[in-house]
Amino acid sequence: MRHILSLLVENEAGALSRISGLFSARAFNIESLTVAPTEDASVSRMTIVTNGSDEIIEQIMKQVNKLVDVIKVMDLSESDHIERELMLIKVTAKGEAREELKRMVDIFRGRIIDVTDNTYTVEMTGDGNKLNAFIKALDPKLILEVVRTGVSGIARGDRAIRT
Amino acid sequence: MIQKRDTLRGAEIFVRSLRDEGVEYVFGYPGGAVLHIYDELFKQSEVKHILVRHEQGAGHAADGYTRATGKPGVVLVTSGPGVTNCVTPIATAYMDSTPLVVFSGQVPTRLIGNDAFQEVDAVGITRPCVKHNFLVKDVRDLAVTIKKAFHVAMSGRPGPVLVDIPKDVTADSCEYTYPDSVDIRSYRPVVKGHPGQIKKAAKLILSAKRPMIYTGGGVILGNASAELREFTRMLGYPITQTLMGLGAFPATDPQFIGMLGMHGTYEANMGMHYCDVLIAIGARFDDRVTGDLKQFCPQAQIIHVDVDPSSISKNVRVDIPIVGDVKHVLVDLCAALRAHGGKPDAEALKTWWAQIKEWQAVDCLRYNRNSEVIKPQFVIEKLYELTQGRAYVTSDVGQHQMWAAQFYKFDEPRHWINSGGLGTMGFGLPAAMGVQLGFPRETVACITGEASLVMCIQELSTCLQYGLPIKIINLNNRYMGMVRQWQEFFYDKRYSHSYMDALPDFVKLAESFGHTGMRVEKTKDVETALRDALKMKDKLVLLDFITDQTENVYPMMASGKGQHEMHLSPDRELA
Ligand SMILES: Cc1ncc(C[n+]2csc(CCOP(=O)(O)OP(=O)(O)O)c2C)c(N)n1
Repeated sequence: MRHILSLLVENEAGALSRISGLFSARAFNIESLTVAPTEDASVSRMTIVTNGSDEIIEQIMKQVNKLVDVIKVMDLSESDHIERELMLIKVTAKGEAREELKRMVDIFRGRIIDVTDNTYTVEMTGDGNKLNAFIKALDPKLILEVVRTGVSGIARGDRAIRT
Repeated sequence: MIQKRDTLRGAEIFVRSLRDEGVEYVFGYPGGAVLHIYDELFKQSEVKHILVRHEQGAGHAADGYTRATGKPGVVLVTSGPGVTNCVTPIATAYMDSTPLVVFSGQVPTRLIGNDAFQEVDAVGITRPCVKHNFLVKDVRDLAVTIKKAFHVAMSGRPGPVLVDIPKDVTADSCEYTYPDSVDIRSYRPVVKGHPGQIKKAAKLILSAKRPMIYTGGGVILGNASAELREFTRMLGYPITQTLMGLGAFPATDPQFIGMLGMHGTYEANMGMHYCDVLIAIGARFDDRVTGDLKQFCPQAQIIHVDVDPSSISKNVRVDIPIVGDVKHVLVDLCAALRAHGGKPDAEALKTWWAQIKEWQAVDCLRYNRNSEVIKPQFVIEKLYELTQGRAYVTSDVGQHQMWAAQFYKFDEPRHWINSGGLGTMGFGLPAAMGVQLGFPRETVACITGEASLVMCIQELSTCLQYGLPIKIINLNNRYMGMVRQWQEFFYDKRYSHSYMDALPDFVKLAESFGHTGMRVEKTKDVETALRDALKMKDKLVLLDFITDQTENVYPMMASGKGQHEMHLSPDRELA
């Protein structure tokens, strides 16, 4: 099953490689990993999307928790949560296709943020499924570049992870 | 009270920090990046430096020291090849959870990443085999990082910690204070077990009809031997220990039914297979213990006590996990058993012990004591007798290691010192140096094989320099015996590269290093030779026993098999 893990880690050089190293050394999957500092500059927040059986997820949580740089770990997928991902996508946009593309972007609530005679660059946020759906809706020949940030997640309601 | 603080150079801060941490010995080897530190070591005498002959020796020696004494093992090596030579001992310590604190020199901070002379990414190379590591970039962080390193290495589930120190940090100055303690918000190991779980465990323990206590290295690392003895004797249940756990409970106590696992006793493995309640304490269900997981303890409800939550339900699902320091948990468990008021089921226990006695009657460790050619087991039995079971014994990896574990009966913890997790050949001799330094007046024996021994043979020179009168018991079968055994069983006797061709004359070798060597070729000479060697209290003696080349380690549970599917020696196969 797919799980979204949210981590608070010390904002130290090497923390990221400890975590990614752990995943590769123990043959755990990483679908995506995002990391950035929080309102407290000494703490980074990391979101890892992974998948595995319940036993594997339990091991991942325990092993990650065991790392000295990791302050807290939460499995967001255990309860209500929101996930978002940002995608930047550059497509060929010429002639009649330009209008069609614009309509598509509107339907998916994206924004065109850069325009040339031949291209559009589109910004879109949403969960992974929505971004995938947009990509699928496009003619593959038109896609020049896809840049995705990976998932960020947060729990709904009062639940929060804090140091 | 405001203390006047001294402004010191990094190298001085380093040495003072070790002193203030109470470090007695540093095992090390100098080089460019640590020369400032060596200069400071030269100027004082409180922290004693032991100069090894290869950085691998430094790591294993520090490891032997910590395993025997319970104090942290401290290593100092230079950058580049100094620290890469130390990776094997770091990994060895990591697999057996022993607290090493390794300090490596690093090129000056401004050169890091420049492929400078003798630069390696020490933090990167060691990351997968340390509990934690640090790169100190500012002299003001040095003392507190050293304190953190000792704290992390020694607390919770212990493990090696590396501190990488660039050369300029050892030259820069700042005010020195050594903290009494450190608090790391992201690192707070659990100490007390959950009371509810402990109560549940007590109830299950008393309900057992066919109980089994299975303990590992965690009991020794957690200094919980006394508590384990109380717990086990209070219940009267059979106990088995892993290779790493030997000595926590006395081997000569009738409740002890031998080591378990691949070369464990028949009775211990059968006991595991047929038990209905398994009490696992400070053990991690290693594959060399469990065999085929699908067939592991099929009838048992399992209680597992461990300080490391990630050890619980990693290989085997358990019914009652208890996370906590084994010593605390055992004290609380004993109290819970008393509070419960119940008693073990005496009737059931009697039947269970009768069954175990039947398994014991198989006498699975039997070997031919009348052989003229020296049987390795015989040498170890004699050593055990002549040292009254009180020696510290280190070992390498192979058949000799298994025989040592089977035939030397350890009654005390921290006396049996071997590389169980990583299985590092070359561990035995340097580890014995560390043990001997920790206990200068005790007998320290290194039971080894001729292939393992030569892997760190250069340390004979260190032994001479520091007057370490280790007794090396070389069980010389002219083979990498354990490899040969597997080739005999599983590769149709194709002995591919397992013969130790062109061996040295070990007697002359010992003598050339300034020690005493003896060669023993007949069973009848074994005892006298051992006696003579043990009498030489101040000399290192290398005893080269020419042993039976064809001897195999039995019993044996082939990997991938269940614990109840053991082979005895070929002439007495069980159904
Ligand atoms: C550094 C290292 N290399 C290889 C091995 C694989 N290995 C395990 S046992 C063994 C043979 C050991 O031979 P010896 O030291 O003579 O002991 P014996 O088995 O003959 O008692 C080997 C090569 C190992 N454990 N460690």
